[in-house]
Amino acid sequence: MDIATFFQQLTNALSLGSLYALIAIGYTMVYGILRLINFAHGDVFMLGAYFAFYAITAFAMPWGVAFIVAIGLTGVFGMGLERLAYRPLRDSPKISVMISAIGASFLIENVGIVLFGGRPKSFPSIALFDTVVRFGSISMLSVSLFIPVITVVILGILLWIVNKTKTGLAMRAVSTDLDAARLMAIDVNRTISLTFGIGSILAGIGGIMWTMKYPQLNPLMGIMPGLKCFIAAVIGGIGNIQGAVLGGFLLGFIEIMIVAFLPELTGYRDAFAFVLLIVVLLAKPDGLLGKNQTVKV
Amino acid sequence: MKKATLVITVLVALLALAGCAKTDTPAQPTVVKFGVFEPLTGANAAGGAEELDGIKLAQELYPTVTVDGKEYTIELVVADNKSDKVEAANAGQRLVDSDKVNLVLGSWGSGLAMAAGPVFKEAQVPAIGLSCTNPLVTLGNEFYFRVCFIDPFQGTVMANYAFKEVKAKKAVIIREVSNDYSVGLAKFFADSFKSLTGDPNAIIAELNYNTNDQDFSAQLTQVKSLKPDVIFAPGNYTESALIIKQARELGITAPFLGGDTWEIAEFINVGKQAVEGAVMSAFFDNDAPVTPLSKVFVDAYQKKYGKLPSGTAVLGFDGYLLAIDAIKRANSLDPIKIRDAIAVTKGFAGAAGYITLDANGDPIKSAVIKEVKNGKFVYKTTINP
Repeated sequence: MDIATFFQQLTNALSLGSLYALIAIGYTMVYGILRLINFAHGDVFMLGAYFAFYAITAFAMPWGVAFIVAIGLTGVFGMGLERLAYRPLRDSPKISVMISAIGASFLIENVGIVLFGGRPKSFPSIALFDTVVRFGSISMLSVSLFIPVITVVILGILLWIVNKTKTGLAMRAVSTDLDAARLMAIDVNRTISLTFGIGSILAGIGGIMWTMKYPQLNPLMGIMPGLKCFIAAVIGGIGNIQGAVLGGFLLGFIEIMIVAFLPELTGYRDAFAFVLLIVVLLAKPDGLLGKNQTVKV
Repeated sequence: MKKATLVITVLVALLALAGCAKTDTPAQPTVVKFGVFEPLTGANAAGGAEELDGIKLAQELYPTVTVDGKEYTIELVVADNKSDKVEAANAGQRLVDSDKVNLVLGSWGSGLAMAAGPVFKEAQVPAIGLSCTNPLVTLGNEFYFRVCFIDPFQGTVMANYAFKEVKAKKAVIIREVSNDYSVGLAKFFADSFKSLTGDPNAIIAELNYNTNDQDFSAQLTQVKSLKPDVIFAPGNYTESALIIKQARELGITAPFLGGDTWEIAEFINVGKQAVEGAVMSAFFDNDAPVTPLSKVFVDAYQKKYGKLPSGTAVLGFDGYLLAIDAIKRANSLDPIKIRDAIAVTKGFAGAAGYITLDANGDPIKSAVIKEVKNGKFVYKTTINP
């Protein structure tokens, strides 16, 4: 492999990895606060992309407005989902909530098929994101330059919210002990609802950025990115926001390098993601950046 | 708790009543059921929808069939195989077991047809494949037939095009490794291209991807470093459109060739500018009518759907008509007799050409070559076998 090809592959890895990182943050955010793996995250991601698509095509909004509306709607949808599917199960065992999340995931997918149709839709091209940028022999789509920036900015905002604001304090309190937080006069429902709102906004941004890079929408498009980013979040240490970013980049890097260096194994590319998950769980169950937590009984 | 018990009791009672009602008056069957076995969701949804459009148009024009002097209304029972091989076997089972269809039409996607083939064979219900081109769909299955050409021919057609028109010496193949159709067609292309060029190393690389993949940058970066004259990438329309788009973004300029699965509107919608100049083999073109029925079909299709038909839709139309023809010739609704009638089809004039089935249940038909030009599939030439 010559040096130009290698750098091109590195660029490919970074641009795929940053996309995974962006979506993985949303997963980890909800898990970190609620200890709930929101299996419907990938489907909320899909909705974000569809909202933006319809805002542009059916309501003829300029793309900037359309994206903000779509991200807002996705956030509202996430809060609604929490209200309907998770809040009634707040005092049930964790496993019930998880099953409810899986149910919500299937429901959103199938309602999506009914509403949007099974045929894929093509996202209108937006010049700012859909331009080819070349550096010497290396080329990439301009959206791949935006994605890492967006990821880093979001990472910064989230760390600020969680660590520096009152709401963040409430989130951390809820995450540590839900009942004690309630006794300390923290509005637990509001805090959790807000967490879901932020998580879903992240899914919405991820969905839109994904379709900027791969401009094809279908109601099942969230499944594979959802699983991959879940893996990324677990590898990085689920609940840890920096870990999700690290996991996302790592997964993107490994996926591209497998295809680049071991082309005969390309067919097993998705399988490698799962193998990686198993290996990390066996070797370091809390993920790369996860803290080893002792659970008091 | 009590409420639930009550509801269940009422439901059970209703079911029992419904059961009685059924046994009391055995309704005289005046319908004949055609199972439509297509992917309507998932990766192949647009392909299934195109075939279904053709079938529905045929049903509208020819809603009945007369057997033994009695007129039967044709009812379509649509089963979604969800572009998934496991679901396909289940959907096929449902069609023959609970819907008790007289015959089956479909499916788009050879892999899906092959997944359900044993089910139809076991149940002894004849199936007519519409645009599934892999030879293994019908091979060794005396209940599966088809109305389209098969991949050994299609692969040769495209290899010839690559060798003679593109004047290519070195080719790269990018195939959808989890798709029987893609792997099969890639092999037939490779065999033919190697013998045309006389160079056993004429295929410099065979790269793989999976159904539903969206990022092909790693494979394409390799393609770029190999500098092929031509790239053959048979596969599903959306993945293929994304492949070509990403290839152009990486600065790959070699022409892309593909198979019949590309001729779906979404290929152009998703690929936009990037797929300009992509060349594919196809079943039929509106500008090159082959039988008197071709024009009837094109006109009726335009009237019903307000757009020009694709080469896939026309096969849905033909499959339906062949089924009616076979029922008439069998003069029976018995699936086994219908099967025997389909098997001896000779010179049947469909909208997309004449169909004479060979011992495997495959017709010999010509292929057309199309190119994407200004956002449309444009007819280039017809290749006769």
